[in-house]
Amino acid sequence: MITLLDTPRRFPGGIRMEPNKAQSLRQPVRPARLPERLYVPLSQHIGEPAEALVAEGDSVLKGQLIARSLSYISAPIHAPTSGRVIDIGDYRVPHPSGLKAPCIVIAADGADRSAATGMDMASVLAADPAEIRRGVRDAGIVGLGGAGFPTSVKLNPGPGREVELLVINAAECEPYISCDEALMCTRPVEIIEGIRIMRHALHARQVVIGIEDNMPGAIRCLQTALAATGAADIRIIAVPSVYPAGGERQLIYALTGEEVPTQGLPIDLGIVCHNVGTADAVARALLQGEPLISRVVTVTGAGVREPANLEVRIGTPIAELIAQCGGYTEQVSRLLMGGPMMGIALPSDALPVIKTSNCILVASAEEAPQPPAARPCIRCAECTAACPAGLLPQQLYWYAHARDFDRIQDYNLFDCIECGCCAQVCPSHIPLVQYYRFAKTEIWDLERERQKSDIARQRHEFRIERLEREKRELEQRRARARKALDRPKAGDADAKKAEIAAALERVTARRAAQDAAAKNTDNLTAEQRARIAEIDRRRAAKPDDAR
Amino acid sequence: MEFPTQSSPHLPPSNDVSRLMVQVMLALIPGALCLFWFFGWGVLINLAVATATAVAAEAAALKLRGKAVLPILSDGTAVLTGLLLGLALPPLAPWWIPFIGAAFAIVVAKQLYGGLGYNPFNPAMVGYVVLIISFPLQMTLWPPPRGIDGDMLSLVDTLGLMFAQLPPADATLDAVTMATPLDNYKTQIGQNLTWSEIVSGPLFGRFAGYGWEWANLAFLAGGVWLWQQRAIHWHIPVAMLAGLFVTALLFYIADADSFASPLFHLFSGATMLGAFFIATDPVSAATTPRGRLYYGAGIGVLVYVIRTWGGYPDGVAFAVLLMNMAAPTIDYYTQPRVFGHEDSSE
Repeated sequence: MITLLDTPRRFPGGIRMEPNKAQSLRQPVRPARLPERLYVPLSQHIGEPAEALVAEGDSVLKGQLIARSLSYISAPIHAPTSGRVIDIGDYRVPHPSGLKAPCIVIAADGADRSAATGMDMASVLAADPAEIRRGVRDAGIVGLGGAGFPTSVKLNPGPGREVELLVINAAECEPYISCDEALMCTRPVEIIEGIRIMRHALHARQVVIGIEDNMPGAIRCLQTALAATGAADIRIIAVPSVYPAGGERQLIYALTGEEVPTQGLPIDLGIVCHNVGTADAVARALLQGEPLISRVVTVTGAGVREPANLEVRIGTPIAELIAQCGGYTEQVSRLLMGGPMMGIALPSDALPVIKTSNCILVASAEEAPQPPAARPCIRCAECTAACPAGLLPQQLYWYAHARDFDRIQDYNLFDCIECGCCAQVCPSHIPLVQYYRFAKTEIWDLERERQKSDIARQRHEFRIERLEREKRELEQRRARARKALDRPKAGDADAKKAEIAAALERVTARRAAQDAAAKNTDNLTAEQRARIAEIDRRRAAKPDDAR
Repeated sequence: MEFPTQSSPHLPPSNDVSRLMVQVMLALIPGALCLFWFFGWGVLINLAVATATAVAAEAAALKLRGKAVLPILSDGTAVLTGLLLGLALPPLAPWWIPFIGAAFAIVVAKQLYGGLGYNPFNPAMVGYVVLIISFPLQMTLWPPPRGIDGDMLSLVDTLGLMFAQLPPADATLDAVTMATPLDNYKTQIGQNLTWSEIVSGPLFGRFAGYGWEWANLAFLAGGVWLWQQRAIHWHIPVAMLAGLFVTALLFYIADADSFASPLFHLFSGATMLGAFFIATDPVSAATTPRGRLYYGAGIGVLVYVIRTWGGYPDGVAFAVLLMNMAAPTIDYYTQPRVFGHEDSSE
């Protein structure tokens, strides 16, 4: 049984940070201008990339399916606006690797024509959960908090599993990011509707919105919307603003005091967690028939003139957003997607916004400086105090540095959520998270190698076995053949004669049987009878001439 | 527009080793001034010689090891080692005492192990122990504290004594030195005096030794400030003081005649300097929260044991080194429970 705590519990570790959200919240969310070209990557989510359904030259409508998902953990992609497909090819995408990936490039026609139709709330709430999941899946909705896990999968608790609690994650704990806060103030009713739809799909007994206590405005907006929609049993709980309060496990702990078991998922506790932006996307998809083709993006940092939150079509190049926010300032130094703690550094502003892009942080050199040279670890254990997973980051560093991948797993490397708290507080400026990512990748590589070599060994063993079996069978065949050859030599003339005599006897017996057997002679014509009689005569005249 | 890419997190770092070391040095000031007030110029000369030697030794060792000298020297750890050693030494010891101690601390105890972060033992305490084992006589050269037994030595007299072994014109070396309260207590307990008889002497001040109690209070104040600044955690000092206090209290309750009062132990000798500035050296201490409690308590108990039954008047240095040895094992068995795991045992 999951009970919500009256006072949120403080999770271990974490750090208090300057929120730095006010600058992007000065104006309400406004729609970004449609760009001329949109670069829509085929993989914007966790799981298999989608498969393009359109070809170069095709005309597409806003919201039209342009790439389908082929496996369960995947999400389809829709045209963000109406226009023409001008290329399908590899372009740079926002990914830590910095590599290119397949994109559908759409030249917008500016008409923004769509063919969307939605359902009304009552029929959505009467629909079968499977139908809602299908609707969410077909709309290409993925978790908008940053990870991009297909939402329909998380709306399916699985057979025999009951959902006690649906947690809506509105904590938005990373500095600078304010897209969820802005969304909660702009579309609170849609968010509540989306939450009710999700709750219906999950049959969740309780629903709670977990939000950081430094967003009183957003809390008020949601409360008003809750009162207006009559969904009074959805609770809002403000949790202390400590990074990473928005981590799934941390938020669940703060709200319920329950720890999601290591290796496990929230559903193991009967809890499902969805981002608040995802709730809005679900409502739009089912009630307005609009798939996930846009999202709210925070454009902020000292490197951009007018920080703001924009409603952006997926595929819009970042440079367009910067231009709509007054352009770069003199101080611009680095471009980040996501927050300053876990975001990825982008090499170029030509990259497009994707489904998981919550924030474009245009940082100055003061906000995101060149990291100072690392000094040796002095084992001060500031990292231990800051680690929300209760790990010993200094030990992990030590073993990662020494490439001791067995010991590092003794120290639970894979419980690390890469939140960056340890590196942030490290007085020696060691890029700890990089070491952990390195160690994880190495271990995954070793694991793959091990599996590969296991398979190779199995194949080798099978081959050896097959070769031996073939050799054995050959031997046996040869032995049989030898035996067959040996038999006549071994026997004497009498045996041969006896054999021939036996064969002759068998033939004679058969003939006799044939003669004696009753013939089918009842319905024969006189002519036939005459012929048979003649044949019998001939046989009798030449007895045993076959010999 | 193109941008450089780096790995997250991207914010400016919140902490810095050099800043940490500067904070520790600042926190030493009240205690150092107190020692200077009560024991004269020798305190400052020791600090100067030890620090200069430590820095020079570090620079030389780094150069020999082919490392960049200035960036590493700027972390301030060599200076701090020199300061901590200098504060622990008797103020009338000849100049080569701080020199040898600091050189040994840096070269052998720190750089030969691989430099900052790799030394299993607290360098300053290794230097101190080398000196007290090798030069026991010179390590007793404490002057009487100000206000007891005549005037303070002038700067010139102190320099003469320390650098040329020339006692002041009208006195012998014996006349300008005096046993410390801890030393005194040890000798007199050996002569079957009771604790109350021993402390009645003027050398024992109000509760823990004339002058010493003030120096310890000053180090305590500096330590509390450090904790407030979040430069150190509370676990080690509190556990060490509690370990010392509780052990002393038990014996004091059992036999108040033969054992010194817990208050005396807390505020004499190097107790506060050790608790807040030496035992908290992160490199050689235990690092897990629970481990630090065991580590600190172990030092506290050992300090008492060495002071009471050992061959040396004070036990902080030996206690710290002994617990340094135990730190890796303590860390291994006190790993905190990982979030989402059943319990801490592997």
